[in-house]
Amino acid sequence: MPEQSLADELVVQKWQQITVISPYSRELGLTLHSVQPEWCVIKVPYEERLIGNPKTRVIHGGVITALLDSCYGLAIFVRMNKLRGMATLDLRIDYLKPATPGRDILGGAVCYKLNNELAFVRGCAYHDTPDDPIATSAAIFMFTGGPVISLEEAFKA
Amino acid sequence: MNLNDVLTASRASRDWTPLVDLIPYARFLNMRIEVKGDQFGASLPFDQKLIGNPVLPALHGGAIGGFLECTGLFYLLWHMDSADLPKTINFSFEFLRSGRPEDVYANVFMVKQGQRVAHLRIEAWQSSPDKPIAIGHGNFMLKPATVSEGSP
Repeated sequence: MPEQSLADELVVQKWQQITVISPYSRELGLTLHSVQPEWCVIKVPYEERLIGNPKTRVIHGGVITALLDSCYGLAIFVRMNKLRGMATLDLRIDYLKPATPGRDILGGAVCYKLNNELAFVRGCAYHDTPDDPIATSAAIFMFTGGPVISLEEAFKA
Repeated sequence: MNLNDVLTASRASRDWTPLVDLIPYARFLNMRIEVKGDQFGASLPFDQKLIGNPVLPALHGGAIGGFLECTGLFYLLWHMDSADLPKTINFSFEFLRSGRPEDVYANVFMVKQGQRVAHLRIEAWQSSPDKPIAIGHGNFMLKPATVSEGSP
């Protein structure tokens, strides 16, 4: 991975504040990995308490669901360059292979279509590269009421 | 204690807590299983950590999703004599209503039970089962109890 510039790092720091607004994201220990309009990446650390199968010690699929759901929200905000109330309408996940026990999991997402009501996103979970995914996924989000918050305002808070 | 012993013990005692405790993520969610007669049900007691949107406030879609997937897996363990945890092949969630900061309940419907794959519909609700807040559909790969580990 190429070294990030200072400006990029500041952007990541600011978006990280938005990522952890959600208590559930904090609880899972989600941290922002990188922010690009075409690919936003969040990391979930490997933790004993998130194991889904005690025999194989593989992280539970539900953790990947939460990781990708959070990535999708982020990818939509990044694409819009502002914050807006929204809700997950539909989310699907295909589990291609088990995650490797002991390793952190990355979730990457892109918002590939946006209109006034809906946002369409796709993404995947992986260890090293999106080309070798643990799970692939797609989702649709619906915008809800409430104020539209500019990034300046959001980053200030 | 392994899965089989815990399943046998839970069937006898009708206390499913040891089964939940066996899966760290289910324990992390603090979910409960309740079996009444031949009715399987699960619940997710409200906890502040499950909030996704603190402004509304609303439960995190990922928390509801994880709960639905866990519920499906526990249902299969309860319903069949699985020697091992079934594997989720894929899962789809429809989020119909925002999850209020209250307990969530789940009912499971076996849509199709095949030899190798089971298809489940799992409905999450709060005020009434007629008003589901989310519906999950999933295909699960079953591992037949007769096949010993390592055999093809």
